[in-house]
Amino acid sequence: MSLIATLARLEAVTTGRAHPVATVRHRHLSDRPLVFVPLTTAGEAGAPLGALVGTDRDAPRLLVVPQPRDRDLRFAFLAELADVVLPYIDSYADAVEAAERNETDPETGKRVKVEVELCADAPQLIVPSRAGIDHVRLLGRSMRFRRTAEQDPESPHPAPPRVPLLGRWLTHFGERARVPGSSLLLALTEVLGRHWATGQSSLEDQHLGALLAWIDPPPVSASLDGGDPHSGVTGAEAARRAELGRDAAGQLLCPPAGPATDPAFDNKLLAPAIERYDRARTAFAAAEDGLEADDRLGALAAAEREIRELVLSRTLPTWQAVWRGIDLLRELPEGAHGEERWTRDRWSFTGHRDRVAAGEPPQPRRDDAVTAANKLATREREQARLEAQEALDDPLVMAGRRLAGEAFAGEVVDVALVYSEGKRPSPRPLVTLRTDDRPYLGERAKAYRSLGGKPQAAEFVEQPEEGLLVLRIVDRMGRGKEPEQGSVPEKGDLLCFTLFEHEPRGGARLPDPEETPWTHGGPPGEQVPEAPDSVTREDVL
Amino acid sequence: MTTEAAFDPGTAATRATDAILRDTLHGTARGVVVDSPPGAGKSTLVVRAALELADAGRPLMVVAQTNAQVDDLVLRLAEKSPELPVGRLHSSDADPYDKALDRLEYVRKSAKAADLAGLPVVISTAAKWAHVKVDEPWRHAIVDEAYQMRSDGLLAVAGLFERALFVGDPGQLDPFAIVGSEQWAGLSYDPSGSAVTTLLAHNPDLPQHRLPVSWRLPASAAPLVSHAFYPYTPFRSGTGHGDRRLSFGVPSDGSGPDRVIDEAAESGWGLLELPARHTPRTDPEAVRAVATVVRRLLDRGGAATSERSPHPTPVTAGRVAVGTAHRDQAAAVRAALAEVGVTEVTVDTANRLQGMEFDVTVILHPLSGRPDATAFHLETGRLCVLASRHRHACIVVCRAGVDDLLDDYPSTEPVQLGTLVKFPDGWEANHAVLAHLGEHRVPWKP
Repeated sequence: MSLIATLARLEAVTTGRAHPVATVRHRHLSDRPLVFVPLTTAGEAGAPLGALVGTDRDAPRLLVVPQPRDRDLRFAFLAELADVVLPYIDSYADAVEAAERNETDPETGKRVKVEVELCADAPQLIVPSRAGIDHVRLLGRSMRFRRTAEQDPESPHPAPPRVPLLGRWLTHFGERARVPGSSLLLALTEVLGRHWATGQSSLEDQHLGALLAWIDPPPVSASLDGGDPHSGVTGAEAARRAELGRDAAGQLLCPPAGPATDPAFDNKLLAPAIERYDRARTAFAAAEDGLEADDRLGALAAAEREIRELVLSRTLPTWQAVWRGIDLLRELPEGAHGEERWTRDRWSFTGHRDRVAAGEPPQPRRDDAVTAANKLATREREQARLEAQEALDDPLVMAGRRLAGEAFAGEVVDVALVYSEGKRPSPRPLVTLRTDDRPYLGERAKAYRSLGGKPQAAEFVEQPEEGLLVLRIVDRMGRGKEPEQGSVPEKGDLLCFTLFEHEPRGGARLPDPEETPWTHGGPPGEQVPEAPDSVTREDVL
Repeated sequence: MTTEAAFDPGTAATRATDAILRDTLHGTARGVVVDSPPGAGKSTLVVRAALELADAGRPLMVVAQTNAQVDDLVLRLAEKSPELPVGRLHSSDADPYDKALDRLEYVRKSAKAADLAGLPVVISTAAKWAHVKVDEPWRHAIVDEAYQMRSDGLLAVAGLFERALFVGDPGQLDPFAIVGSEQWAGLSYDPSGSAVTTLLAHNPDLPQHRLPVSWRLPASAAPLVSHAFYPYTPFRSGTGHGDRRLSFGVPSDGSGPDRVIDEAAESGWGLLELPARHTPRTDPEAVRAVATVVRRLLDRGGAATSERSPHPTPVTAGRVAVGTAHRDQAAAVRAALAEVGVTEVTVDTANRLQGMEFDVTVILHPLSGRPDATAFHLETGRLCVLASRHRHACIVVCRAGVDDLLDDYPSTEPVQLGTLVKFPDGWEANHAVLAHLGEHRVPWKP
């Protein structure tokens, strides 16, 4: 944890309120995000219990699996989920703008610009917590290799038509979420934690209720104690209540954001309700005549309704909390580079849209050597870029970097125009900066400042006295002998230099997968379509 | 394994080197892997193999990991064989290589591989090689510091050569990624793993060799480093206990720093222990203690006697280094040294000190003053690098209480299926080193 983050947490402990650690919003927020609050069944990974999903905060769609171990009911749930999610995704697929992309011409091998479509906007999924992202990934993995009856008429348990496609999309969202700074799939706790520091540990911050209690404590019951805002509930108390508070029946006041549920809920409420449902279903199946069946169908419906209400009671508070968190984030203006990163999300979305449209097979179970290396390279580049952009967009983040000795800001007190030696002398102005920061400058260390959105590089020359730094500006002054207008700092300018680069460099191009070298096992061979997941005994309980 | 009595370091090392060169020059396998403990003559081996391959008329590319390593290799090659044409492929940044290379007549430097075509030996960093495209691959390559190279780095360059000699130190810091890579854990080609791990996973039959003797580490250090960090592949020091001596012109003034210097001169190790305390990473007291030790070390006119020459050589600032875990700690030490007027001493993190050698090192213990022991601070390689850079003595500056801290934080990293579990783990190695240092403890007293 950086020093400034530690300070912010200490401050939060002292004041009882979360402390902002950002002045702008560092993640893109869609105008119409799809919020997804899933619940899973205890003891069985990937067995959904239910979910609230939708784009309208006042009208979430409740999906419930009354018997989570029944594969037909599970498929029905997934089909319903596909009915909500896929139309939402599709609604972004058709509005496109023209864009250019560099591609290698297959005939000449040269890099050429190609005109392609870029989706004008992209869908955005928001789940409550990091565990929700893992759940999205798991759902994607469990669905994308299913076969529908149309794809495989022999399949003993064909999946409903759109389920494998939903699996591919959820897999794509899950993979994209691993890219630093991406916003196609967001975990709200992570985004909130990026913008506020609480007085609890980052592990505790993964509890959405507790996190919100720090950031935006519930209104003080002011009428009781005369309305003094300082005598009310502190973030710590509210967080504690959110985490541990239980009602008379022993149920949590603030149900966990899932997908895992509270064991007390599972044992005392859910298990008996599922048992009643099972009994009603067995009784219905054993009904001997129409009249009896009608009666028992009524009992079955009532049992199912009971489970639906239970699931709703555990997801609705989280649903509301997610929207409250979104409201809090929307109050912050978006950081200057947010749009640029969102454009890359749009490229990612467009790319997958095209792969689906082209009839490509689902994402393989495991990446091959080249794909894995390419993904890692992309993510490392994005991480470096994100760190730099967040600092450039936000003085509070930059303050943290300055405190860490990775940046410095100050006033220009002197500029001396000197020239490099050589045949064509070019300007190498010496700039003296007065600063209170204490950057870790090594000999000839490089420093960068933003000049019209582009980084201008300088070289550390010397520190004539405490608080004074001499830098030599080395680029972006044009080609002429005289530096271009405005490209050299002037006396009195307030400047901020960073020791980190603003734009990370791209790495080398890796070989194509079919040219994987012998050190990495050689080419993976002809791509064969991956077999569907085999059906196990557990699948057909 | 050789028995104690019959062990002659010179003979054992020669035998190992001969076997390596035989496999490299005349073997049939596409790769040869050499494990080398600290200071076991890895660079010497690389230079020798390069010269023999060049003599045999096989075009050779050499892949090192940093520009400093590349320049160092070029200088060593030129020293051994001044008339061998060598290509130094470099980046197009300003000051891409050591200016000392300009004095070498037969070294050609260029940022374009095509300019260096046809030279018997071309040397560059893995990062630069990754941008090179060739129609015809090199017959042979030497990959230096292969254990510090990431698997994806090797993937980018492996298409450039037909066969290769991979040399490295398995005990040093593993390569790392700045983003999570659990997704690929357990895959044979995990891009964030080490190049050698991937290579051997796909080519398990490659001949593997080991250099058995450390020429750098003194007799006082080799057993500890070998036992703590290489428990299954032990090595010996090439010199005996009487072969190296450190003496000082100015006697001790009785202060903590002076006493720890004397202890280290006497026994090879010294622990300067500050009172237990939780501190920020750049613990000002510890940093000042490090600076004071270095200052006194230089002021007292140290002289080192070793097998290299019969006469004592002065321990100058260039022969001393300070090692830390974090970059801000290194920066803080640099600032503190500048305040006491010391400028020439190398101060860097474990990552950057890899492969370097000094007479005396002063290290700030990675766990000093910490409230917790994270995987980063427990990493075996970090301590191994810091504790194996010296020819004479190593002085550790540390807050008291690290042993308790270790007991409070056993390593809890999840074990991933299919990945090689590294032994010893950092926890074990830290305890082993700490137990040994405990015998050379000097309390801080200014």
